[in-house]
Amino acid sequence: MAYGETPSQTVGPYFAYGLTAGQYAYDFTDIADPTVAGPDAAGEHIRITGTVFDGEGNAVNDAMIEIWQADANGVYNDKPVDVADTGFRGLGRCGTGTDAKNRFWFDTVKPGVVEDAGAPFVNVIVFMRGMLVHAFTRFYFDDEAEQNGKDDVLQSVPADRRDTLIAKRVETPTGIEYRIDIHMQGDAETVFFDV
Amino acid sequence: MSTFKPRDWGSHAPFIAPGYKSTISRGPSRPALAIKSGLTEGTGPRFAPATVRELDFDLTKNGITNGEPLGERIVVHGRVLDTDGRPQPNILVEIWQANAAGRYVHKVDQHEAPLDPNFRGSGRCMTDENGNYTFYTIKPGAYPWGNHFNAWRPNHIHLSLFGPGFATRLVTQMYFPGDPLLELDPIFLGTEDLVARERLIAKFSIDKTEEGFALGYQFDIVLRGRNGTPMEN
Ligand SMILES: [Fe+3]
Repeated sequence: MAYGETPSQTVGPYFAYGLTAGQYAYDFTDIADPTVAGPDAAGEHIRITGTVFDGEGNAVNDAMIEIWQADANGVYNDKPVDVADTGFRGLGRCGTGTDAKNRFWFDTVKPGVVEDAGAPFVNVIVFMRGMLVHAFTRFYFDDEAEQNGKDDVLQSVPADRRDTLIAKRVETPTGIEYRIDIHMQGDAETVFFDV
Repeated sequence: MSTFKPRDWGSHAPFIAPGYKSTISRGPSRPALAIKSGLTEGTGPRFAPATVRELDFDLTKNGITNGEPLGERIVVHGRVLDTDGRPQPNILVEIWQANAAGRYVHKVDQHEAPLDPNFRGSGRCMTDENGNYTFYTIKPGAYPWGNHFNAWRPNHIHLSLFGPGFATRLVTQMYFPGDPLLELDPIFLGTEDLVARERLIAKFSIDKTEEGFALGYQFDIVLRGRNGTPMEN
């Protein structure tokens, strides 16, 4: 290699006033927030929620989750991302330190199937104090069983661990919610990808 | 769309690096599963130049309430490249750090060092068409942390970059040359490869130093290259 990669380092416990200032009420602007698709975006509007658990089963309150997904037609946003955009942005960022139960949440639309995939999914990055290198994972949807069966990446995951990647659809008074927790370790350890 | 070369794990820390205690219960215990990268990994968020407002790149000014921030002014210049040596234009770089006394604005930071009413410690900048970026700030102080007895973080600035794709995402820290705390810091030492680790240390530059105003440092950042591109030597 002509040049070596710069090593990754932890995001640490104090990222909020730099990376998620609006969410944590610091006096700085945001480049991304928990809104992935604004009210004007086409598609089925959903909320994705979950909790990050460490190896001792504690909810992590200083993680930052980012997601990147295609729009309802399965197309990635190639315009610049703008937090003022009330349509589809594609990028979401949420810290786990402002919800009473330390959950992350994203307001988005259900993605369509991307050209080179078999099923709809959301690409996810997990950062936190205690991680020197971020981890990539994906969220799939439990009401897409047939398409999930055709997705090469999901099918490459050992069958007994596939469930860790599948969000569960719940109808709530405020709309459709998909719930999925991230387990860093243990029996239910989330499958992370070497992307 | 092109895909990116696999992450060079030799340049990064393992998920679990026991010297840094929090990794023991927070790092995944199983190896990451390799997947063929496709559209998802090859695409990624882009940002318009207007995302970076006028004072965002100048942390010596963007937190002022009633005067100048205290501490040693520095200017950091760098280039964002990929492993093939290609400059990366229009890459957003987010920055956050402690003040000169080693205290973060973050509400959870209870270190008994003063906050500076004129320093917030966060900002952002974007690389130009040649991959160059610049920001002004105050040299951050060292601060204690609870990892072990007498644990102190070396002076550092946190940086977060969206590269050209979601796969090239990088969060890192920039350190300062000659800091005696480096060889005692489990976060810096988490990167086991000695050569890779040195890439985290900025170089002091008298050429970049601004007469009577700010000490200059150079900190280049290297992201994964694309598949199918020849190496430049
Ligand atoms: Fe820090």
